[in-house]
Amino acid sequence: MTTLTLGRALNEGMRRAMEDDPKVLVMGEDVGRLGGVFRVTDGLQKDFGEERVIDTPLAESGIVGTAIGLALRGYRPVCEIQFDGFVFPAADQIITQLAKMHLRSLGAVKLPVVVRIPCGGGIGAVEHHSESPEAYFAHTAGLRVVACSNAADAYTMIRRAIASPDPVIFFEPKRRYWDKAEVSTDVALSDLPDLHAAQVVQPGDDVTVLAYGPSVKTCLEAAAAAAAEGRSLEVIDLRSLNPLDVDTVEASVARTGRCVVVHEAPVFAGFGAELAARITERCFYRLEAPVLRVGGFSTPYPPSRLEDHYLPDLDRVLDAVDRTFAW
Amino acid sequence: MTIDSMRDRPPEGGLVQLLTPEGERVEHPDYPLDLSAEDVRGLYRDLVLVRAIDREAVALTRQGELGLWASLLGQEAAQIGSGRALTAQDMVFPTYREHGVAYCRGVDPLKLLGMFRGVNHAGWDPAEHGFHLYTIVIGSQTLHAAGYAMGIQRDGLLGTPNAGAAIAYFGDGATSQGDVNEAFVFASVFNAPVVFFCQNNQWAISEPLERQSRIPLYRRAQGFGFPGVRVDGNDVFACLAVTRRALENARTGQGPTLVEAYTYRMGAHTTTDDPTRYRLRTDEEAWKLKDPIERVRAYLRRSGLADDAFLASVEAEGKDIAADLRTRCRALPDPRPEAIFENVYAAPHALMTEEQEAFAAYLASFEEEVA
Repeated sequence: MTTLTLGRALNEGMRRAMEDDPKVLVMGEDVGRLGGVFRVTDGLQKDFGEERVIDTPLAESGIVGTAIGLALRGYRPVCEIQFDGFVFPAADQIITQLAKMHLRSLGAVKLPVVVRIPCGGGIGAVEHHSESPEAYFAHTAGLRVVACSNAADAYTMIRRAIASPDPVIFFEPKRRYWDKAEVSTDVALSDLPDLHAAQVVQPGDDVTVLAYGPSVKTCLEAAAAAAAEGRSLEVIDLRSLNPLDVDTVEASVARTGRCVVVHEAPVFAGFGAELAARITERCFYRLEAPVLRVGGFSTPYPPSRLEDHYLPDLDRVLDAVDRTFAW
Repeated sequence: MTIDSMRDRPPEGGLVQLLTPEGERVEHPDYPLDLSAEDVRGLYRDLVLVRAIDREAVALTRQGELGLWASLLGQEAAQIGSGRALTAQDMVFPTYREHGVAYCRGVDPLKLLGMFRGVNHAGWDPAEHGFHLYTIVIGSQTLHAAGYAMGIQRDGLLGTPNAGAAIAYFGDGATSQGDVNEAFVFASVFNAPVVFFCQNNQWAISEPLERQSRIPLYRRAQGFGFPGVRVDGNDVFACLAVTRRALENARTGQGPTLVEAYTYRMGAHTTTDDPTRYRLRTDEEAWKLKDPIERVRAYLRRSGLADDAFLASVEAEGKDIAADLRTRCRALPDPRPEAIFENVYAAPHALMTEEQEAFAAYLASFEEEVA
């Protein structure tokens, strides 16, 4: 076990993947000499060379489009989109090309491309640097969409994602990049946890709280505060949005009868809506209250001086928990 | 030079041409081409056969057998000339109109028809043919070609006999797309082995070339830092020679080239289009005089490289291929309903399994009611 920050764990995971498979490439804006604006790719170009760690022209569609071409030639590109709000120029290549090529070739073509996207707010950034665009991609068939929440998962999930035969949209909680955790780095790929399995990160009995990415830590803090008041929250880190581990969610909600979904993205037509619908289908007679959603307002992400009001925090999670009991 | 002196400069450079519309063989100092009689007859046969395939596909659409067809009529020379310049190691990234290139790469035209019939969304193995899937969203495939070429570079094959190149096909309209311009940038700064083969057929559905560019398209390359050349797109010899040179440059590490094949879309954009609403019949008539097949036929006759029996046999072969294609197209089975869920993902996916099983149970419920 090693103590690593989340960002460093991603770095180590990519490093390991590059050591294990010479076809793995890292590409994006500033990922080489600079090591990425968050230093997640720090040192990789020095150790693997400019041919494998590629500083690309400043063009997101170009990054994903050429990654597709490289994958067609047998490579496994790991693309970095510098910030969440910059992924939209690449949306056509991701949604129209990357997601559909396996199907269009009747299975002949595989595109093992990972698109890493630092996401979410909380770092005092300017506009377009704090967004949570996961629902757009979870809605797109052909993509796998995952979000890590801690350093240990970051390490295993990035390795699993790079090994996936399908394209993976990999969300990284940028305000948690510097959070540390114990990470096992001497595990064989085949022994790593399933990329798409949700994890109960805090067992509890009274309410199920569903979160992913940056919100998981918030929910764990909420669970600790609730415990002090005698209320037991079960926190599940979904880890994967597509596919979704509904069984783990159902097992929990069927037991607790109450559920709160937490994400930074706007609530309206957000991923929480999908969760609420599925939970309702599976647990209808065991629910004591409707599934409640806590998230960003249905507005554009606000200027950073207001982001603390926008982002779901401990109090807003606990407020929703209280409301499920008041029903 | 000032900004004002740049304005309204006439287009530079001529058209590379090796065979005039009248069927006269001419030389170009930069593009020598040595073709045997068999080569020329082969090119002629290719041109005639792809036109026959294309004509049959249009007819099948009119008869309701296909939902749509994008005819290549008028662009046969651009496609056969460039297609016959390819080697097995090269990789083609086509639009949805590259039926002639597909033919050169050994893709059964039935597979092209299947896509336009709605049997599947493409359905051939790109690696098997060195011919990627048809791409419908305009220009996206140019980035795939640039990336594929970056992969060729990383394989360390450039300059060896096993080197291949990527070639991206696109039209004049596509040159306005961001992806095409990004592909030019990536290919340029990485010196990637890719040929950008633009068939300038003068029309992007109803929009004329003037709506896409104020300068000749081949000159765009200069701004990106690689060579651009304009070739007579209705001259199969010139298209062959120019593409062959561009590919060879790519394979030997000399980077990308933009080829502008200057041609004309003689038919509609697709079978749902109506060109009478936006262009003059006289323009079509003028281009008809530059027909890519007629000039080769005239050359074959003039030079004595083929006799009437050969020409008749090629016509007959075209009819046979079309008839066979018609029969096989009509016999194409509709896909099984379960195919909706197949190949969405390469590895098992819980949601696909769940929905497929639920759908199968739903379908089965009707069978039980009948029983």
